Amino acid sequence: MTDAAEQHPVSRREIVSFRVANQDFCIDIGSVREIRGWTPTTVLPHAPPYVTGVMNLRGAVLPVVDLSARLGLGPTEPSPRHVIIIVMIEEMTAGLLVDAVSDILTVNGEEIKPTPDVAAGPAKTLVEGVLAIDERLIRLIDLGRVFPDHERGEP
Amino acid sequence: MSMNELREGFFQECEDLLEALSDGMAVIDAGNADSDTLNAIFRAVHSIKGGAAAFGLEALVEFSHAFENVLDAARADRLTLQGEALALCFRAADRLADLVADARADQPSDSAASATLIAGLDRLLGAPSDAPPAAPAPPADEAVAPAFTPLSAPVSFDLPAKKGGAPAAAPDAAGGMSHYCIRFAPSRETYATGNEPALLFRALAAMGDLSVKADLSRVPPLLEMAWDEGYIIWNLTLHTRAGEDRLREVFDFVEGACNLDIRRLDAATLAGPQPGPAGAPGGTAADAAAAPAPATPSPAPDTVATDEPAARPGQGAPARATIRVDLERVDRLINLVGELVINQAMLSQSIDEANLPSGNGVDSAMGQLRQLSSELQERVMAIRAQPVKPLFQRMSRIVREAGHASAKLARLVTSGEATEVDKTVIERLADPLTHMIRNAIDHGLESPEARKQAGKPPEGIIRLSAGHRSGRVVIELSDDGAGINRARVHETAVARGLIAPEKDLSDEEIDNLLFMPGFSTSPEVSALSGRGVGMDVVKSEIQRLGGRVTLASMPGRGTTVTISLPLTLAVLEGMVVEVAGETLVVPTTALRETLKAAAADVQRIGAHGWFIAIRGGFVPIVDLGAELGFQPGPEGFVGRVLLLIESGSGRRAALAVDRVLDQREVVIKGLENNYGHVPGIAAATILGNGRIALIIDPDEISAAPAPGPGAAAPRPALATAAGA
Repeated sequence: MTDAAEQHPVSRREIVSFRVANQDFCIDIGSVREIRGWTPTTVLPHAPPYVTGVMNLRGAVLPVVDLSARLGLGPTEPSPRHVIIIVMIEEMTAGLLVDAVSDILTVNGEEIKPTPDVAAGPAKTLVEGVLAIDERLIRLIDLGRVFPDHERGEP
Repeated sequence: MSMNELREGFFQECEDLLEALSDGMAVIDAGNADSDTLNAIFRAVHSIKGGAAAFGLEALVEFSHAFENVLDAARADRLTLQGEALALCFRAADRLADLVADARADQPSDSAASATLIAGLDRLLGAPSDAPPAAPAPPADEAVAPAFTPLSAPVSFDLPAKKGGAPAAAPDAAGGMSHYCIRFAPSRETYATGNEPALLFRALAAMGDLSVKADLSRVPPLLEMAWDEGYIIWNLTLHTRAGEDRLREVFDFVEGACNLDIRRLDAATLAGPQPGPAGAPGGTAADAAAAPAPATPSPAPDTVATDEPAARPGQGAPARATIRVDLERVDRLINLVGELVINQAMLSQSIDEANLPSGNGVDSAMGQLRQLSSELQERVMAIRAQPVKPLFQRMSRIVREAGHASAKLARLVTSGEATEVDKTVIERLADPLTHMIRNAIDHGLESPEARKQAGKPPEGIIRLSAGHRSGRVVIELSDDGAGINRARVHETAVARGLIAPEKDLSDEEIDNLLFMPGFSTSPEVSALSGRGVGMDVVKSEIQRLGGRVTLASMPGRGTTVTISLPLTLAVLEGMVVEVAGETLVVPTTALRETLKAAAADVQRIGAHGWFIAIRGGFVPIVDLGAELGFQPGPEGFVGRVLLLIESGSGRRAALAVDRVLDQREVVIKGLENNYGHVPGIAAATILGNGRIALIIDPDEISAAPAPGPGAAAPRPALATAAGA
């Protein structure tokens, strides 16, 4: 017991897992501000197809990203059963449209394996690593890449 | 309430008072020195002095006292505030603001600056009092100490020690001696509100010759004593040139919380040339005998201050219907109300879906709730927006100081002070504006001689205006100086290696060189501007606020710097319209008229160019839905509602919309923070139903009538990813 604890002193992470287009994904819990039911968004002109629009979060205007569309898994037809995860990336707040939130998990850093080299396209770029829990494969999303603005900020 | 809170309260009140002072000075400067204005500024200075005395802020008391004397003379028509005197009063008002700021920050003040101004102010009141103004003070100090020694009361005040430091006695420049008996019985409340009799006495001692006696007759035996009750009654005698109103104002803060009786003995006899001041007529107060003879028998003509009828107590500061609230609380409130409105909308929708039988009362109650909550939201959101007036007022001081330092005559003319801008923006505008004004005076305006030669009045005009234009807040600063010396700017830029020497630049490009980092045209660094920070700092500061700065100059006619700020959090009047099922807001500032397109007026040029003939001119039609990508291009415009807009640059366009829903004030929410710039969109707002509506940017929409205008408009942040 003690040995094990000493072996992995700092690598425990808490993650929020959720489902998008029948696949399991997760993000670090530290980035999650709150989870809300779907509310209709206002369409933004000239926005990329995966931005469903902007929503009102207690007076703040936030863009909502359809994660399924962003990952190249096809656009989501949002319904009241869908969920928006409000995330904070650096100074920016945004909503992620997902099918459902599944769980909050504590995992060891070592359990996160590099993304297998089979995927390509947006999914490959956005998935930072994968981990297997109870025979499910959970893909860890690199939030910084969901909003490329921040990549662009540091040329 | 702690002493600190009281102190803070005083300083906050000072802000208001200084604003009132500044307001009044501006009115006088405009040549409308009526008695109301003079009374108002007198009261402002007077109240500052009163509060300062209560907190033992001697430098402030001394200065405001000297200032107040001049204002007092002005309102009694013994002095006219114009020319030199007015300029001095302006500087005194500035100095007073400094003193307040220093006192608030617990910093030592520049006493030399105060002393010079006090001397100047005293001189305004006439020669007679020139020589002995400080004379009566020291004896007053000394007299205080012995007055206490005979008391057997086991209390001691540090009056002499404190008084010794500053020759604060701030004597009235003129005025006969008066004799006052004051009976001051502090109560429990006096102490509970943080008042300290010693400080009050010190303030009195600063006015003249004070003796204090404690009447202990009411003090009960120790066992019966309530710890927080005030038992001691103070009998004070004051020999002073100050008027009774001044005395009363020392007690301003305790009035109502104590038993106070101020009686004035016959001044004429006491201050008269006959020896024996103790011979008070009728011997009204035996205490009078205790007061030492005045150290300097005041010369007869000194009747200025005391002849004023003793002022009405309790009429100190005009009641102000404002309170101060922490900004964070307001923001929290705004967010909460936002939530409330959404919930109300949801509730209302659920009730609709529940198909309740009619006439159950729910409908009308819901209607009222909707009305109340949307009004609540509007009101709450308007709290954050504040007029730019205080900011502009501060700038008039900068103009005075800069003009003074550079030996140029300058006058500030402001307009649009009522324009409301978010409070944070106002605060962050102060520095850039200050810098721009200094620049305008230092580099823009010519010397009075040069101006005369150029056929201009010697006094330069600095214009500062604010307004909402095209959905943005526009602040313009212009001078009527010489304009930008483009040859020299070009030369300097080449010399600094900022541009290649052979490069041919347009006038506009040359003007914009001023915004380049490290640029300063002034050959020698002046005290005012040109200290290494230049217009580049102004520009970056404005950009940080999400704004733009542009500069236009006419040789010989002056320079105009325009700051255009986004409306983040500002309030704007907008027309709510529907386009392709989406709700949009068009700022009314840009709106000229609404019309229905008649077949005869609509013309087509090429495949996509639609125009409408309006009173002989042709205005391009912009289909909002198509322009913003909500729907494909239109088949025609006949019968559609057109909003004729005019952008800040004077460009006109007719926006085709489906329907006009409403016209109302909306609060602007920025998109930049969480998303990025959207072409054609200035900002967003939240409607009564909690949904977001986008606010059109008339400038961008009218500048790009055809889709895909190209490189000029920045692409939205997220769109880059789509392309990648």
